[in-house]
Amino acid sequence: MIDRLPPQPHEWIDRAQRIQFEFEGRQYSGFAGDTVSTALWANGVRVLGRSFKYHRPRGIWSLSHLDTNAMLETRQQTNIRADVCPIVPGLSVKAVNTVGGVEHDLAAVMDWLSPFLPVGFYYKAFHTPGRLFPFYERRMREMAGLGSVNPDRHLEHTPKRYDFCDVLVVGSGPAGLSAAVAAAESGLQVLLVEENPRLGGSLCYQAANDSEAHKLQAGLLERALSLKNLELRCSTLAAGYYADHWIALIDSTRMTKLRARSLVVAAGCYEQPAVFRNNDLPGVMLASAAQRLIHQYGVRPFREVVVLAANSHGYQAALDFVAAGIRVQALADLRTQGEPSSLAAQVKAAGVPIHNATCVSEATPKRGLRSITGAVLSSVAAQGSIQPGQSLRIACDGIAMSVGWTPADGLLRQGQGRLVYNCEVEQYVPEELPDGVFAAGRVNGIYDLAARLDDGFAAGVEAAAYCGAQVSSSRQRPPRIGPARSHFYPIASHAKGKNFLDLDEDIQLKDIEHAVQEGFDNLELLKRYSTFGMGPSQGKHANLNVLRAFCRLTGQSLDALEMTTARPFVNPVPLSHLAGRIFSPHRQTPLHARHKEAGASFMHAGNWLRPEYYAVAGRTRQEAIAEEVVAVRHRLGLIDVGTLGKLEISGPDAAAFIERIYTGRFARLQPGLTRYVLMCDESGVIIDDGVAARLGEDRFYVTTTTSGSDAVAREMRRWAMVWRMKIVLVNATGTYGAMNLAGPQSRRVLESLTSMDLSAGKFPYLGVREGEIAGVPARLLRVGFVGEWGYEIHVPADTAVWVWDHLMEAGRKFGIRPFGVEAQRVLRLEKAHVIIGQDSDGLTHPFEAGMQWAVKMDKPFFVGQRSLAILAKKRPTRALVGFALPSSYAGPIPKECHLVIESGEIAGRVTSVTFSSTLGQVIGLAYVKPEQSRLGTTIEIRVGRGEMIRAAVVRTPFYDPQNLRQSQEVALQEAS
Amino acid sequence: MKLMRCPVNGLRPIQEFAYGGLFRPSPDPDRSTDREWADYVFSRSGEPALKKEWWYHIASGTWFIAERDTRTDEIVETYLFDGA
Repeated sequence: MIDRLPPQPHEWIDRAQRIQFEFEGRQYSGFAGDTVSTALWANGVRVLGRSFKYHRPRGIWSLSHLDTNAMLETRQQTNIRADVCPIVPGLSVKAVNTVGGVEHDLAAVMDWLSPFLPVGFYYKAFHTPGRLFPFYERRMREMAGLGSVNPDRHLEHTPKRYDFCDVLVVGSGPAGLSAAVAAAESGLQVLLVEENPRLGGSLCYQAANDSEAHKLQAGLLERALSLKNLELRCSTLAAGYYADHWIALIDSTRMTKLRARSLVVAAGCYEQPAVFRNNDLPGVMLASAAQRLIHQYGVRPFREVVVLAANSHGYQAALDFVAAGIRVQALADLRTQGEPSSLAAQVKAAGVPIHNATCVSEATPKRGLRSITGAVLSSVAAQGSIQPGQSLRIACDGIAMSVGWTPADGLLRQGQGRLVYNCEVEQYVPEELPDGVFAAGRVNGIYDLAARLDDGFAAGVEAAAYCGAQVSSSRQRPPRIGPARSHFYPIASHAKGKNFLDLDEDIQLKDIEHAVQEGFDNLELLKRYSTFGMGPSQGKHANLNVLRAFCRLTGQSLDALEMTTARPFVNPVPLSHLAGRIFSPHRQTPLHARHKEAGASFMHAGNWLRPEYYAVAGRTRQEAIAEEVVAVRHRLGLIDVGTLGKLEISGPDAAAFIERIYTGRFARLQPGLTRYVLMCDESGVIIDDGVAARLGEDRFYVTTTTSGSDAVAREMRRWAMVWRMKIVLVNATGTYGAMNLAGPQSRRVLESLTSMDLSAGKFPYLGVREGEIAGVPARLLRVGFVGEWGYEIHVPADTAVWVWDHLMEAGRKFGIRPFGVEAQRVLRLEKAHVIIGQDSDGLTHPFEAGMQWAVKMDKPFFVGQRSLAILAKKRPTRALVGFALPSSYAGPIPKECHLVIESGEIAGRVTSVTFSSTLGQVIGLAYVKPEQSRLGTTIEIRVGRGEMIRAAVVRTPFYDPQNLRQSQEVALQEAS
Repeated sequence: MKLMRCPVNGLRPIQEFAYGGLFRPSPDPDRSTDREWADYVFSRSGEPALKKEWWYHIASGTWFIAERDTRTDEIVETYLFDGA
């Protein structure tokens, strides 16, 4: 560790713990607390990564978690930022985006080719001829992008955490800590998060030699630690702001979704680079990066340095360098007047020559660009442009830039906060913030230490007051005062270029100049064309300088410019932190276990799992379904219909309400009877159906479709409210189990389990009765969905298994079969009973579905009636008809959604189709043109690979058109 | 994630709610022309503005009215429907 300094007073490393790790196949050692970047730098390694486009060597540049040119990968993870990644024993990493290693990256040839790759080159060059595009695309995809994903990596699930607090404070510098203490002293639950592993913010590197500042901080920290309701969380990034103070906190293992009542952002500032030729090479870095190296990690950033300053921080840095034993060759100050404070004299006293009105116009590189050998200093005119001709070359291996700052305002801007450019401090400052969001400290344009403490305290009190806490004292916000810490134009043009504005995307000054010349004079368009600010650091060290250059090129001023949109996340977040299991719960009926035992194959129906059919050993799916159909038609079947929506509607207005909701007539429906119900929306489109059973004068029991219960109950509640009707609606879908016992033997089997009179006279078709079955209270509905004598049996959910078992046992000697959804679909299709959502779509109205019989237009009102009145006057456009293929037919069978074709045009589509073993032919329902709906019409259906088959429009129901199966005589005869 | 205030259950996360469309009193079906009725059924204004909307608190089955500014997505007020 040739570049390790002697121990520093506030360093973050533990020199007692030496750690070995591997970088690019070579072993290095560092100390616990080092990041990969700092440990490598301590070992004299200068090339940590290669740039995205030109593969130029890059080293430590900002060391603020945004050195996105130094990205690493392991076998498990990729695109790890080297300045974030701590070293741990056994760590083995390599740089991303190189061909043959970071030191001798063969792709560095791109740097020589760069004059031929102007901005927008790819858009202009690689679209013709079109046939070559796949080739271009493959090549470009190989070159583009950063790390590679190892498909064999070990998959890890990252947990999520949910958290709450009253006040969240982001940042633990003087302002943040002060805000947290102020808010916590009012008794609120306060959480402070700090991205770095240690508290202190800028004090950790900018005020390391300032004992007064450290005494202040120690006092503040003592107060903070004494407050039980203040939690301090380090190594935690507040990465995203979402509506109503919902903050994404990211730590090394997980994302925490935090709901805060109020938010104080004291996230500080990002230091901004100067722009000059070769300002990207290893050795050139932000002054704050060099200070972090020295004070936090005890690493020497360089041996001989030229400081480029435009503020007092640069002078402080120069003094820090001198104290660390670094030769400061010169201090170039961009400002004409130089530094006004006493720091100038101190720097001079340390033997550092100061050049006012001077910039660095170029860093002279060593061959291979892996380090620098000197800096070229040029004079600057008052308005920031370079005076040509007068330059001075100074030997150095480092250049420290201290020319300005930009607020870490990501969270503020994500929350739709508005920041405006303030010329007093040459920085964007918050102008309007969302309710309950406060900013303090340098992000707020406040730089003086005492003022930052005051600003933070005031923000903490404001946040506490926003939460409704009693606050004893409010404090005045300090004013934003100069001298500005940021220079208005720290950009030097250079004839040979390579003066980078954006290191993420390798964007040079001339790229922006060319883009503006080409007409990209809108910032959002310029961003997308040149890709500035679109790299991994999202332009945190680039946007401001691009804006400054853009304004100068277009003659605008920064305070009139709308900034580009800020989006989550503030810093890169591993996708594994965001990934989660897909959460899609499904419902099971009370009889689920019985179905499983009986070999059911399950299917999804709405959010339910239902038996599709019951598998039988030695039978195919089709055969098993066919057997279930036969059982129902000739003997007995039992199906679980517990998935039907079940609504209990009662109250004095119940009948009138149902009359208004459904299309049919119910006011005079006798208690003890049921009626088919059809529901339309206001445009007359069919949305649901079911059965309404009148249990009493003001009590109804209504079923809905399997997937419709929630939506139907929801709409009913709204209508009840709008119509101000006195009803009580209970969605009892999960309260009851239900099964349909159907087939000629159903009455005989049920009679053995109940004392109720099941004779047709006492319990007619479409009747409803309440009684007991197998000792359990039950509602019986005599319905005919499958077209046989049968009973829909509704019982309390926890008794459903008991009743099912009794029915199966009693039915055994009659050959009872449980049947699934597929058999039911066949059975109902033979009766031409439509399924809403299968035989209807989002535009189907009752007249075209052949359901006029269920719609009573002469009622005073029902939902959809007015629209149906309009539709009734119009020419119909389609009709749902039954079709059949001849029983001798042997070709391909049409499927649902196959098209009905007439004279080469689409005339309709098949909605349901099946082979009916009962009838010995293929039957189905299809939409056709109204003129094709006449019985006997031949329609053509296009199937499979385009073959046309001919079918005849036939009368429906296909099976038992007279409904004789529901008459007592036929039933008794069948059952005997 | 947003919060919404149900007039009955107080401040709850937005996933507990379902949007029920713009609040639009129906014209009298017996007195409106076909054109007026079709306009009521099919026409909606997508113009960003302060909107009066139906919202439903799913867990408790509560319908209510929310006044929401669709320019800022700010929920200005929520209250139970009072028939007016």
